[in-house]
Amino acid sequence: MHPFELIRAIDVTEAIQGAAESSTAQQGVQVRFVGGGTTLIDLMKLNVEKPQKVIDINGLPLDKVEVLPDGGLKIGAVVRNSDLAHHAAVVRDYPVLSQALLSGASAQLRNMATTGGNLLQRTRCVYFRDTTMPCNKREPGTGCSAIGGFNRTLAILGTSEHCIASNPSDMSVALTALEATIHIQGTKGERSVPIDEFFLLPGDTPHRETVVEPGELITFVTLPPPSVGSKSIYLKLRDRASYEFALASAAVIANVQQDRITRIRIALGGVGTKPWRSLEAETALDGKTANEEHFRAAAEAALRDARPQSQNGFKVELAKRCLVRALKLATRTA
Amino acid sequence: MSREKVCKVKTEPEETPSFGHVSRRAFLSRLGATGAAAAASPLLGLAQTQVKQEQAETSVKVVGAISITLLVNGRQHQAQIDPRATLLDCLRETLHLTGTKKGCDHGQCGACTVHINGRRINSCLTFAAMHQGDEITTIEGIGQPGNLHPVQAAFVEHDGYQCGYCTSGQIMSAVALLNEPCGPANADVQELMSGNICRCGAYRNIIAAIQEVRQEAKQGVTNASI
Repeated sequence: MHPFELIRAIDVTEAIQGAAESSTAQQGVQVRFVGGGTTLIDLMKLNVEKPQKVIDINGLPLDKVEVLPDGGLKIGAVVRNSDLAHHAAVVRDYPVLSQALLSGASAQLRNMATTGGNLLQRTRCVYFRDTTMPCNKREPGTGCSAIGGFNRTLAILGTSEHCIASNPSDMSVALTALEATIHIQGTKGERSVPIDEFFLLPGDTPHRETVVEPGELITFVTLPPPSVGSKSIYLKLRDRASYEFALASAAVIANVQQDRITRIRIALGGVGTKPWRSLEAETALDGKTANEEHFRAAAEAALRDARPQSQNGFKVELAKRCLVRALKLATRTA
Repeated sequence: MSREKVCKVKTEPEETPSFGHVSRRAFLSRLGATGAAAAASPLLGLAQTQVKQEQAETSVKVVGAISITLLVNGRQHQAQIDPRATLLDCLRETLHLTGTKKGCDHGQCGACTVHINGRRINSCLTFAAMHQGDEITTIEGIGQPGNLHPVQAAFVEHDGYQCGYCTSGQIMSAVALLNEPCGPANADVQELMSGNICRCGAYRNIIAAIQEVRQEAKQGVTNASI
């Protein structure tokens, strides 16, 4: 591991100023914030991350979950994944988020990982994690080893000729379906970014994964008030029953009145280069009767633009079946 | 926050060999050194010269070393560490609390599980310097021979191990699980123990041990309320 200076920040402004020295907030960053450390320290051990300065943000007052006056939720950036998953308001009003969090990692890692850190977690693409191999995300311009290589677990949506790395987060998929807003504070002030705009597609700059700029710190995530009468579900399919990343997952939030879908939100995980909101599937279902034929049509629409690689063609059908199953569960009237 | 850029670290005096009092660690490290020397015999001359030069100095400068205080198992420990030291390496190599094991070193196996303020975490994925002021509990703080924690006693009774390497991590996870939201079924326990890998495959016995302790705790509460 490369040497670095460790600083414990006690207020947000100080943390931001410390990080503003960096020339980028993306891959190759010189100053990193550390929350749970579960991604960062792992990648520092592999020399994928080589920050010269690490700012510990665990002492910042960003560790609360608050119900907002409008009924929405405000989640601090260093709230632990386990605390968020078991928070009464999340369990009651946003079960899709609780389920997604509890389907990710292990109990130990959930006790460490933070809300902000989970949003920024890096791909599990083996070539990104192996500094002896070319990787455009890790070292721009070196090429993509995964195209034509080991790509069984990688993305089929949102890929480019430069990168096919999948986003590994479960939490972010639920937050995408919930239309969360990411609140960022930087040297120039605060800004709020809808989650779907927070993540960037790889295009020809796969080393840029989010809109975060040098010195910017995720401070909060807010959720709109829960959709009254909705039912939500996170369904995750993987190689093992537990403690494994998704091959395909679906977050669905549905309102059904007399068998008719009146409101639907859909996001897919494990298949996209970013948490994948499917407006196509939502449009296909809006106002339709909740039945298998319509679910299947929505799944076809969601995966229409899928571009499978040499080893992950199975994900196309897997993701469709995952979404159909999730839609059945979310629209089932008890 | 005060940070010392440069500090002195005294080299430890060489261990005097004594029969019957050689620790397992000392024995293994000597064995390793002998093996390495035998394998690298053409380079031995050079290696010996380097070792002599290093030993000639009474202290070495460690640039960037920091001074920290950790509260482990109710005891304060002061140490000079490299900021890169994970909590796991600090516990084992600096504080010599070797009950916590290093398996994968990447948060995938759970052998390094310890408690921070009563919650279980992977000590390999956190820097020691981030835990000043925290209450750290390792397997050494859970129970002792003759005074085992109920989870430890249940692991013995149910044979919850074979080689034992993952056991301290399994026990630390299981002890924390007792205070976490967890359903009654074996499947619920399996899900919450999935972050602890046992390559010997003692899972059935581990689950049986944990379920027995949970049953007993439940009965204890019921009896107390009567």
